Amino acid sequence: MPIRKVMKANEAAAWAAKLAKPKVIAAFPITPSTLVPEKISEFVADGELDAEFIKVESEHSAISACVGASAAGVRTFTATASQGLALMHEILFIAAGMRLPIVIAVGNRALSAPINIWNDWQDTISERDTGWLQFYAENNQEALDLILIAYKVAENEKVLLPAMVGFDAFILTHTVEPVEIPDQELVDEFLGEYEPKYAYLDPSRPITQGTLAFPAHYMEARYTVWEANENARKVIDEAFAEFEKRFGRKYQKIEEYRTDDAEIIFVTMGSLAGTVKEYVDHLREQGIKVGAAKMTVYRPFPIEEVRALAKKAKVIALLEKNITFSVGGALFQDFSRALINESEKPKIVDFILGLGGRDVTFRDLDEALAIAQKALNGEAVDEVNWIGLRKEIL
Amino acid sequence: MAVRKPPITTREYWAPGHAACAGCGCATALRLATKAFSEAMEEKYGDPNAFAIAQATGCMEVVSAVFPYTAWKAPWLHVAFENAAAAASGVEAAWKKLGRKGKILAIGGDGGTADIGMQALSGMLERWHNVVYLMYDNEAYMNTGIQRSSSTPYGAWTTTSPPGKYSIGEDKPKKWVALIAAAHQVPYVATASIGNPFDFVKKMKKAAKVDGPAFVQVQCTCPTGWKSPLEKGVEIARLAIETGVWPLFEIENGDIWNIKIQAPGGGAKVKREGGRVVAIEFKKPIEEYLKLQGRFKHLFKQPEAIDVMREQIKAMWRTIGVEVTLPKPEE
Ligand SMILES: Cc1ncc(C[n+]2csc(CCOP(=O)(O)OP(=O)(O)O)c2C)c(N)n1
Ligand code: SF4
Repeated sequence: MPIRKVMKANEAAAWAAKLAKPKVIAAFPITPSTLVPEKISEFVADGELDAEFIKVESEHSAISACVGASAAGVRTFTATASQGLALMHEILFIAAGMRLPIVIAVGNRALSAPINIWNDWQDTISERDTGWLQFYAENNQEALDLILIAYKVAENEKVLLPAMVGFDAFILTHTVEPVEIPDQELVDEFLGEYEPKYAYLDPSRPITQGTLAFPAHYMEARYTVWEANENARKVIDEAFAEFEKRFGRKYQKIEEYRTDDAEIIFVTMGSLAGTVKEYVDHLREQGIKVGAAKMTVYRPFPIEEVRALAKKAKVIALLEKNITFSVGGALFQDFSRALINESEKPKIVDFILGLGGRDVTFRDLDEALAIAQKALNGEAVDEVNWIGLRKEIL
Repeated sequence: MAVRKPPITTREYWAPGHAACAGCGCATALRLATKAFSEAMEEKYGDPNAFAIAQATGCMEVVSAVFPYTAWKAPWLHVAFENAAAAASGVEAAWKKLGRKGKILAIGGDGGTADIGMQALSGMLERWHNVVYLMYDNEAYMNTGIQRSSSTPYGAWTTTSPPGKYSIGEDKPKKWVALIAAAHQVPYVATASIGNPFDFVKKMKKAAKVDGPAFVQVQCTCPTGWKSPLEKGVEIARLAIETGVWPLFEIENGDIWNIKIQAPGGGAKVKREGGRVVAIEFKKPIEEYLKLQGRFKHLFKQPEAIDVMREQIKAMWRTIGVEVTLPKPEE
């Protein structure tokens, strides 16, 4: 029987790692994710997880050791956030290019400078072009579930890509919620033993991994990463369906909420989705036709699902805790790409908010709503809007 | 008829067909190192192939693993420039979990070890991974076109330490990574040279057989970067030993006070106290080593720079507990 325990998302991530039974874990502490390696150390110390835990001297070495272990043919895990993920940046490309199904749990945190330990998504968003799959959790249960699902997708032969699962700093990492811990046997059935197909360092079958490619081959190698990302679309759906069948919790790449007759749809990710759903309920009581949508999967970018969603609304209001300078938010770019050639498309208005842990309140959302409503009425509005800015201190 | 056993295994792991420059001393070092490793694995585990290699970006990586070819007949992994030690840590941990017997060989150039890879190397040694780290020291970044590293010796020309009106060439003394490695109190640290291949093989075997981390720093010549004759690599490396430029030593079990200094040959007079080398009187001037290399050519116009070099070499020997006399060439 699954057990329910009250825990933080960090603990949920550690539990997910325990259930997935990685053979090698390499991690380095960083706020807000420090508890993940701490908790895993306890599991290993108590013999509850039979793994090698490499207490590396940096995140760069954490991911490098994961690459080494994964290339040697075992399941691996690490956790980090913010500057730690940024320090891994170089090796993230390599992990994807070498097609190693490593999984990272990321406590989404802002980047320096100024140094800030609180939540936004700039860390993982900045890694969106590395080839890694990206999932975002709304709550602690999702943090656990999505890590298991991430392994399932990453290790699929048609995918073989690394995956990161983001959950918001403090809002989730340090907040306790009831989380259902699935039965180990069911997880074992769901994930199975990791059997490397191409990546192994076995003296009885010596292979060379991590070669140099001249122009004659580099592009093809990159194409396979593209193709694997494309394949992941379907594999993710299958993994979600199988997860639901086994564990009873349903996941979708884009989860819609009260969108059916909505004129304005707020789109967001992570824990903010919870706030936005509540906000939608609050507006609906006033008869305002709004809906919400949550991006559970950000890479591969769910283009078809975005198009289907766009058909339902006159205005798409993106609520983003990240910034791509001179452009707006990353979602704004991605939604524009998905919709640019559609004959009928909604207006897209972008809202940058909640950076560096700034609370996102109903008042902030009111500010966004007012702009979205203007757009709905055909009035000109700014494409990119910073919400909740304290102009008096600028 | 009695057939003599070859002095080292005829098995090859670094196969012909790699793209290193003609006369590359580092290629020689890797070939010998893997052969030594194989012999050690055979003696220790009964399986000559019980090893895998994790290698840093650099000359020896790009010349050996150009897709779709490979010069490697052993399981081999390249990740990046600075993380051979960290990647090797991961491989070793995975092997432990897979119950696979054997040892991991990490390989890096002087840049990938003394500079950008120093942190990962320190972490790997300190965490006691069962890895031998081989630093092949050609004393500059050769792969990117001969830039100085912290392992480049004083006075050497490189493309980023050019001699000029205000420059003597490289102006800092060489960083001795073997001594930094020894400070981690690991089971085995040694310096070696392709100028003494038997000694190098012996040390690689010893390193491969210890339980725990080991570090070997091997000087290997690079005719391209040193501007030296293709066929003189081993001779130049031997002169480095015989003139005092390159010390050969071993440090076991972290006992830095019990450093084993080897007699250099070349007519040098060695003074021992209680079995320990305390002084060496070298007979061949360092000029004999320098003059065969274009990278030091400019120094002959400024002999005082060569004297600075002599003082630095003495200081280095003093650090390892040996007083040396370095002769000047006869006028
Ligand atoms: C992070 C990073 N910085 C720079 C480089 C470029 N780079 C590749 S190899 C190399 C020099 C290698 O020098 P060394 O380790 O001494 O090996 P060698 O080429 O001499 O064999 C440099 C600077 C790189 N690959 N990665
Ligand atoms: S540049 Fe030097 S180290 Fe590199 S392959 Fe050529 S000779 Fe060897």
